[in-house]
Formats: sequence, structure tokens, C-alpha cells
Amino acid sequence: MVALSENVALAARVAVARRSPSPVGDRIFRVAALASALLVLAVLAGILASIAYGGWPAFREFGPGFLTSSAWNVGREQYGALVAIIGTLVSALLALVIGVPISLGIAIYLTQLCPGWARRPVAMTIELLAAVPSIIYGMWGLFVFAPLFARFVQIPVSNLVEGMPIVGTLFYAQVPSGVGVLTAGIILAIMIVPFVASITRDMLDQIPTVLRESAYGIGCTTWEVVRHVLIPQASVSIIGAIMLGLGRALGETMAVTFVIGNANRLSPSIFDPGSTIASRIANEFNEADGMQLHALMALGCILFVVTFIVLIIARLLVRRAKVA
Amino acid sequence: MSATATAVPVVGQSTADEAAAIRLAVKDLNFYYGDFKGLKNINLNFLDRQVTALIGPSGCGKSTLLRTFNRIYSLYPEQRAEGEILLDGRNILDPSIDLNELRARVGMVFQKPTPFPMSIYDNIAFGIRLYERLGKADLDIRVEEALRKAALWDEVKDKLKQSGMGLSGGQQQRLCIARTVAQRPEVILFDEPTSALDPISTGRIEELIEQLRTEFTIAIVTHNMQQAARISQFTAFMYLGELVEFGPTNRLFMNPSKRQTQDYITGRFG
Repeated sequence: MVALSENVALAARVAVARRSPSPVGDRIFRVAALASALLVLAVLAGILASIAYGGWPAFREFGPGFLTSSAWNVGREQYGALVAIIGTLVSALLALVIGVPISLGIAIYLTQLCPGWARRPVAMTIELLAAVPSIIYGMWGLFVFAPLFARFVQIPVSNLVEGMPIVGTLFYAQVPSGVGVLTAGIILAIMIVPFVASITRDMLDQIPTVLRESAYGIGCTTWEVVRHVLIPQASVSIIGAIMLGLGRALGETMAVTFVIGNANRLSPSIFDPGSTIASRIANEFNEADGMQLHALMALGCILFVVTFIVLIIARLLVRRAKVA
Repeated sequence: MSATATAVPVVGQSTADEAAAIRLAVKDLNFYYGDFKGLKNINLNFLDRQVTALIGPSGCGKSTLLRTFNRIYSLYPEQRAEGEILLDGRNILDPSIDLNELRARVGMVFQKPTPFPMSIYDNIAFGIRLYERLGKADLDIRVEEALRKAALWDEVKDKLKQSGMGLSGGQQQRLCIARTVAQRPEVILFDEPTSALDPISTGRIEELIEQLRTEFTIAIVTHNMQQAARISQFTAFMYLGELVEFGPTNRLFMNPSKRQTQDYITGRFG
């Protein structure tokens, strides 16, 4: 009886010693987390606002003509964004055309065909590609890839297609130096492959085994399973992955600046030099002032908006795929 | 042949009649997952246009056995089978067998409904087109025929162009059955086809299997002993990778000859 009452007393003491958690700490924690989240929004809004403010004089001066003019004359203070916009879109599009099939091939190989022991090394190699700094791609592209590209692709192809309708213009290099819009597209393709490939691989991995087995179960070949069942099943998220790659290709600066040739000329040939919004800014911001600086800001504003829209579409698609 | 005859429990008729009706004969089948032996020396016959149920506790090898009949296991390099499985007298484990053709002859329905990401019509037509060049009109007929056989036609005939993913679970599973039937296979394998379905959908699938028996040889893996008793003519009880007992379903459930079978069907283990 004595022991029991002692135990009861002990229990009571423990109960007294227990204190309720402080509501203050929790509140501080909440506020701090909220502030971190808001900070990002504030920074984003601030950047957009300041770029828009900086570019406003150019938009006001040239009006909608800023988007459609191909002039970029520092001496006469005439600025238009068309060459840079087209260069940005074309180089990013070329990157997708080249990079997406390769990425799909990688993802399909890794998830469907690759023997188990090789899966990790191959996947790791591809993810390492994403870790290469873009300046390295630019340097390699300019000093190693471009001369080879000029010698083994631009010159022979130009000779071959010279005089032909359409292809004779599209694939003709007036100055086969190796740099140009297509060169930029190829370098960009190499840079987006790891992203698109690894997201696509994750999505293909998420497809239930029974679906794959039942496609094989009606006698499909591997190609038919991939083409008619797996890719359609993952299609929305694959499109999301492609859009993320596109977002990256649109904004990539360093590597593109090295290899695109930085010419303000609207050329129908993808072998010819051009420029993108990002490369134009990177090239000129150093000495720019006055209206040139405003024009560069306005370019930045356009790029910001385009990339933002692409990213939003990508997120929406990926999210919809995950919900489904 | 006498060795086979003794290995296969006598069914009640004379062995000669039985041999004539054998669709699928499993002989000395061993199966390996890497180093693990999943099936041990299985000998079993599946009779033409009969439903044979494979029962046993989880991990006993019943699904493994089913998955050898269309060689779906060969998707996984570490899995291999040794022995003989004769489909109409031809060994399907032979390396020279065309797997795609085999899988058209031996259809399979899985634990979960697996409609393909395409329209209801295309879910059926896709499998037919893999093997046959048919005009639109003929294809339409085949699709309707398959959907009718799967007791789904009336429910989907007005929405053939809609996605197969929009159907209910039970409808999706009947769509998968229709897809299999459309290829006019000889054998249909069911791997726990109702485990993801509600009781009403389950009932419909069971009725369907009953009807399909008039045309196809059916093997079904099930966890549900009542289901095996309701829909099968023959039952094989497996345990730890071995075939413990095989016989007509009535006899096996009423009067099992092995102690392990009795323990399992009376719920003493598994």
C-alpha cells in the first residue's frame, strides 16, 4: 500500500513537471517561414518591376515597333528586338528538335531496355551533364565544336545544297565559321538533354508494371509498347518536361553568347550567325547607357515574360499529370 | 506417356479421352528467380474449354506458374523456366518460339484493370491490328463482337470514341477481357482478375468467365477459394512452389486427398 501511494505521488509530480508547449515559439516559426516565402515573391516582383521600369523609355520611344523592328544601331539610337527574339526562339526550338528525341531515347533505354547493372552508371553520367557549368559548354562549343562543325558539316552541306530551292537558303553558310544559330541550338540541346531525359525517365518509371506487362501480354513488340502505350500514358508529363527544357534553352546566356556569332542580321539560313536576347544583353551591357541601356532592359523584360509563361505552362502540365 | 499419366491425377474419364482434350500440358517445370527456385517440378494439364483454378497461399507460385504460359516472365532477364510447356503439342519454352505470336494465342488479364491510354474502340482494335490487316468495316465487327463477348457492348456502344480510362473499374476490367478475346486466343489466363473490384463487378466477371469457357481454355489464379469453387471445373492447390493436389474442383473441395489441401481450404493456414 505504501509503495502504491508513493507511485501515485510520483506520477502526480511528473504531471506537474510537464509543461505545455509555448505558443510563442510556434508563432515566431510561422512568421519566419511566411516571411521567407514572401521574400521570394517580393524579389521576383521587384526584379520584374525594375526591369520594366528600366525598359519603359525604350517601349515608349519605339512603341510596338520595338517588337517588329530588326534595327539595332547604337550610333543612330535605333533599337528593335526582332532579331534577338527570333534568334532566341529559333535557337531554343532547334534545341528541342535535336534534344527531345535524344532525351526520349535515353529515358526509354534506361527504363525499358537497359540491363539493371548499367542503369545507375548511365543515369549518373547523364545527370553529370547537367552539372557542367554553361561557360564550359560555351568554351568547348567555340574552340572545339565550332571548327569541327564548320569543317565537317557547314562547308560540305553548303556546297551540297547551294542553288537548291528552300534548303539552299536554309542550310547555306555564307561565312562557314562554325558559329551560328544552329551551333547554338546544338549546344543548347546538349544542355537540356539531362533535364528532359531525367524527368521523362521518372515519369516512365511511375507507369505501373501491370500496364506494361499487359501491353506485352497482347503481343506488342517493345517499340509498340513504348510508342502506343507508355509514351501516350506519360505524354502530359513529357510535354511538361519539354517545356522545362524550353524554359532553360530560352534563357541560357553564356554558352549561347560564345557560339551564336552575335550578329544583328536577320538571315534565313540557320548556319548564319545571329543573336538571342540573352546574348545581346551579355554582349552589350558593359558599355551601354542612355537609350541603349533602356533597350537592353526592354529586351530583358520580354525574355522574362516569355520564360515565365513557358514555365507556368510546364508546371501546370506536370501537376496535371501527377494528379491524374 | 505412362509416366505423365501417373503424374497427372486421374480426372475420372479414361486417359485416352483426357489426352485428346489437353490444351496445355506442363511437364517437369522448374522456375527460377535468379537463385531462388519458385516452382518445383510441376506437372499439370489444362483441359480444353475448362476453367482451371490455381489456388494456394501468397508466394506459393500460382502466379509464377500462370506467367510461364505466355512467357511474360521473360521480360525480366533474371527469371527463367526449365522443363516443357506444351501448347497444342508444341513446347512454348523453346527459344525459337515467336513470343508476340504466343501472346496473341495465350491472352492474359491482370490483377488490376489496365486500359491503354486510347479510346475504348482503339483499346480493342489496337490488339487486332497488331496481327491482322482488316478494313474498317471488318474491324468494327470484330470490336463489337469482342465487346459483346465481354458483356460490355451495351454500356459503351455510344461512347466508343471516349477514353477507356473514363470507365469504372469493373468496366475497365471487362474492357481488358474484351481486348484479350478480340485476338481470338486459345487460352486466357486470369491473374486474380477481381482482386481490385467490388463484389458486384466481381460477380459480373465471374459470370463472364463462365460464358467464355464455351470458347476458350481458361486458367485463373485466385486468392478467393469461394471464387475457385464457383467458377472452375478443375482446381490445382499449390504450396511453396509445389503442386500439392490437382483434381476436379468438387472433389478437391469436398474430399481433398492431401492433408495440406484440407488445412488450406478449411482455413487452417494461408
